[in-house]
Amino acid sequence: MGLHAYLFLAAVVFSIGLFGVITRRNTIGILLGVELMLNAVNINLVAFSRFHGQTAGMILTVFAIAITVAEVALGLALVILLFRTRRTAIADQIDWLKG
Amino acid sequence: MSARPDSLVLVALLAPAAVFVLLAVVAPLRRSGRLAALISIAGALTALGAAILAWRNLGEDIDVFRHVWAWLPQHEGVLATVGVLADTYSVKMLVLVSLVATLVQVYSLGYLSDEPPAALGRYYMYQSLFAFSMMGLVLAPNFLQLFICWELVGLCSYLLIGFWYRKASAARAAVKAFWTTKAGDVGLLIGIVLLWRMTGTFDFAELEVWAGSQQAGIAGISLIAFCLYLGAAGKSAQFPLHIWLPDAMEGPTPVSALIHAATMVTAGVYLLTRTAFLFELAPDVMTLVAWVGAGTALMAAILACAQDDIKRVLAYSTVSQLGYMMAAIGAGFANAGFLHLLTHGVFKALLFLGAGAVIHAVHTNDITRMGRLAKSMPQTAVVFIIGTLSLAGVPLFAGFLSKEEILGAVLAGGLTVPFVMLAVAAFLTAFYMFRVVFLTFFGTADAGPKGPAYEEPVHARGHHPHDAPAVMTIPLWILALLSMAIGILFMFHHEEPQFESPVWLTPAAVGVGLAGIGLAWLTFQRRSIDGDRLASAMGPLRTAAHAGFWIDDAFLFVYRSVLLVFSRTIGWIDRYVVDGIVNVMSAWTVMGGGRLRRMQTGRVQDYVFGVAVGVVALLIWLGGVK
Repeated sequence: MGLHAYLFLAAVVFSIGLFGVITRRNTIGILLGVELMLNAVNINLVAFSRFHGQTAGMILTVFAIAITVAEVALGLALVILLFRTRRTAIADQIDWLKG
Repeated sequence: MSARPDSLVLVALLAPAAVFVLLAVVAPLRRSGRLAALISIAGALTALGAAILAWRNLGEDIDVFRHVWAWLPQHEGVLATVGVLADTYSVKMLVLVSLVATLVQVYSLGYLSDEPPAALGRYYMYQSLFAFSMMGLVLAPNFLQLFICWELVGLCSYLLIGFWYRKASAARAAVKAFWTTKAGDVGLLIGIVLLWRMTGTFDFAELEVWAGSQQAGIAGISLIAFCLYLGAAGKSAQFPLHIWLPDAMEGPTPVSALIHAATMVTAGVYLLTRTAFLFELAPDVMTLVAWVGAGTALMAAILACAQDDIKRVLAYSTVSQLGYMMAAIGAGFANAGFLHLLTHGVFKALLFLGAGAVIHAVHTNDITRMGRLAKSMPQTAVVFIIGTLSLAGVPLFAGFLSKEEILGAVLAGGLTVPFVMLAVAAFLTAFYMFRVVFLTFFGTADAGPKGPAYEEPVHARGHHPHDAPAVMTIPLWILALLSMAIGILFMFHHEEPQFESPVWLTPAAVGVGLAGIGLAWLTFQRRSIDGDRLASAMGPLRTAAHAGFWIDDAFLFVYRSVLLVFSRTIGWIDRYVVDGIVNVMSAWTVMGGGRLRRMQTGRVQDYVFGVAVGVVALLIWLGGVK
């Protein structure tokens, strides 16, 4: 399989993630979508690294995964805090920024 | 010892400045009162000594000593300098200023002896500041320094008129004096700036060189000369800006003697003398100066006849004499005007200080309530009569020659009508001054409708009017002797005027003076002419004179009907047109914001959707560009 297949896969995963972020009503679902988008980027990095024979991409991916873990922890903490204060986890109802 | 005049005048200038700084900074010294007064008098005496030495060392009339420092630098050279200019005009004027300042400060020790120490210290602080600023004005080598000192003397005038600031009329008079002279000062400032734009310099010496190379009546010079004259007219109380000077009499009498008779009010005359070379380029303005001067002299003389307040008579008399000086300058003979400035400074200070001694004794300004004071105050009566004879232009007294020279100058300048006006004013001068003398020092017990003041209950505490203490009479005697000495000196030694006077001028000048004295004698001493009938014979003129020719009312009318209407119109335009436009703009902004805010839903997913659409659009656009 060539590089294109991986890039195609990454694009599909990214689109699914984006679709999830935009359409999911539950904030946890949105977080899952964000995870998918991040992983699509990781696939890209690994694929390029493999096909160009450079390890830098791999190292960067490891970093990205580590940071993603922290990000998920932070994101979930935020969702819990949100739920405690607003008694809801539905994104549509959290509109403090409304003008 | 023969120090250079410029160093000496610098000493004269800095002595009162040092005293002022000392009194202003060291508050306990100022509040000590008498000590502050003595220090201030010492400063004035130093100035007087230095000024007299400078006068002696000056030498020939054409000698000019300058000492200037660069003040405002500019790209190449110096924009403005500060320093001193010692020539025959400035040094003579300096002697007058320091002499009268010294005598007035000594006199004030007696006159203001009832003041609390703190007020006395404040008074002497202002006096020192005034002495410094007036000398700075006189010695100014350029227009800029002159203007600064010009404003400083105006400030001192304001502060000293309002010395008794708890008295509402004094506070109002101070403000009136400040505003009226300020109206002229705006003209002066504009004139200075216009002149600088035309010539590129403020310096009198450079300006004189420039003026020497110009033709009379070059474009723009008339406007400049007029603007400068406006400043001089405000300071020297020329019609119609004279209205502040009679009101300025609310200040202590020594202040009136120093500032509003001998020195500050003559600053305008001095300015015109100093810049006579500029005015020679503008003959039309010169004619205006002469006519306004003569008109002011006549008008103020008429007004002085209608006053019962001794100080206001003297104030109008000062306005009148300033008109004389201006008329001589307008006729093109600034020297004659300047000579009268010097002699007038001496005898008018004498008259004011004499009037102060009278007021101090009887505690009223109203001459109809005085009478027969010559018996109880013989010294004051003698010096006051000497001053009056000087002012009336009687031979052997100081005013005689200078006044006659002005009459001759105006006639030689070809101004016949102003000459007649001045001659009538001379007659009236003698009349109103001797009216004061007869009503105050002589007369009968039933001197006036209200009777002599010292029969009023205020003075019934076994306290009859008597001559003032020595600290007040000695300055009076010095000025009186000077008035006579100058008059006698002129008899023997006097430089020839630059013009020919007809032979009938001297008898005529003396004649009108004596006629005025005679009429006053008949009316107020012999009472063979009824004063009331004389006044009512004047008809409408009397009414007009009592109303001050309605000039104050005219100003009020202009203020109410022009200025207030104009500012109300401006106010309406500002409120409804300018503010209206601004309000419409802001309303539109608020409305637009209200509509645009609906874009902000506050939902995260909408924003993410926006970002995604944006990225896709960018990609499509980039693809299209490629």
